[in-house]
Amino acid sequence: MKVDVDMSICLLHGQCVIAAPAVFSFDDAGGLVWVAEVDEGLRGDVEAAADACPEQAILIG
Amino acid sequence: MGAAPRITIVGASLAGLRTAEAVLALLPEAQVTLIGDEARVPYNRPPLSKEVPQALARDPAEAEAQFARLVLRSKIPDDAVQMRLGQAAVAVEGRAVRLADDTLVPGDWIVAASGLRPRRLALPGAEAHRHVLRSFDDALRLAGDLRPGARMVVVGGGFIGCEIAATARKLSLHVTIVEPAPHPMQRALGPRVAGAMAALHRAHGVVVLTGRSVAGITPEHVILDDGQALEAEVIVEAMGSHPNVEWLAGTGADLGDGVLVDDRMQAIGAARILAVGDLARFANPLFDAVPRRVEHWCVPGQTARRAAETIATAELGLPQTHGFAPMPSFWSDQHGMRLQAFGAPALADACRVVEGDLTQIGRHPIIVEYLRDGAPVGVLGLGANPAALAAHRARLDAALSASLAC
Repeated sequence: MKVDVDMSICLLHGQCVIAAPAVFSFDDAGGLVWVAEVDEGLRGDVEAAADACPEQAILIG
Repeated sequence: MGAAPRITIVGASLAGLRTAEAVLALLPEAQVTLIGDEARVPYNRPPLSKEVPQALARDPAEAEAQFARLVLRSKIPDDAVQMRLGQAAVAVEGRAVRLADDTLVPGDWIVAASGLRPRRLALPGAEAHRHVLRSFDDALRLAGDLRPGARMVVVGGGFIGCEIAATARKLSLHVTIVEPAPHPMQRALGPRVAGAMAALHRAHGVVVLTGRSVAGITPEHVILDDGQALEAEVIVEAMGSHPNVEWLAGTGADLGDGVLVDDRMQAIGAARILAVGDLARFANPLFDAVPRRVEHWCVPGQTARRAAETIATAELGLPQTHGFAPMPSFWSDQHGMRLQAFGAPALADACRVVEGDLTQIGRHPIIVEYLRDGAPVGVLGLGANPAALAAHRARLDAALSASLAC
């Protein structure tokens, strides 16, 4: 499963970091980083993260 | 198992849409109907007090393009749910919902996701330039009055009022907030942080009048309870909301403030009626046993999933699970500063600044921890680095989970 974040609309709410901590995290500078190719076993978490994003910035491929 | 269950959801909102999605994920054969009083498909509301009026004030022709950006993406195909838009629910009759056009929509399960409507001032006058903000059409109408140099009075210093005030300042209006409490947003943030937020607004040119209420409205002025007359070409009533529960009268549900539900989102006193979103009054065992409505953006998604589990376990004859303890979170953007909270700062009796300095609000990052009886119940960042805030949130998570276990 491919995961991408549209950084032109992401406002760093961090809801994805809570919903799917194995996929999304903040680096020390406060920027969002994510795993681009995610195991299918984490699909539920990634979908929950996409739902929890107030900007609808998470794209699942 | 008998025929496919009919799930009728009242409210074509974030909560209604997420409920439909969660129900269909667990019960793919369910017949789901989504009823909405607005003619528009479900959309996202937070930008209505921020980016949307700003963009529309600059270019009103962009209305539909702006709306398209708010439409909630859905995992379910369009034809999986029957939509009844532009129709308010008016009553529950047996196992059916009566709509404003007098039709009946049957439902083996009825989910209340009908949300809130803005409270209005019970005063006549200046109707042509008085506004509220809940729907996209409200934002569109308000944007038409956001002219540079116009005088705006915002009645109510809650989050919506403060966000509109900040947006209007960005558009070069003269803005006054009138708030009865000692500080804006005081109930949500506590007096210390709310006082700092008032200072942030004043530093950005907003006049913040606290301890005052509105006594009258004339064509050109808002009259306060101390007799002061504020010039006003634009008035925004941002005094909180009323739950849309009238259609549930007579069902047996407790409608004292929203809909009282148990930890499965089942309305107490009304079998097979559930409530989700900012309408649902539920106890969160992370904090205590007091049922409360929670008007945060994340609540619709959390309660929708819970309600769908309740329906699916009953339909499939599985044992009901107990325990619903979602971590609250909310945010606001004012004067270019992000406010981000986790937990329940409103329940705290004390707070301590763990990073930064409240006198430096808007200039340097601040993190505040909220305590009740000495134990952490919330954490708040004001322009804080998300990574730094995440560490405090994890600590809060652990503290609240520990209190849950004992």
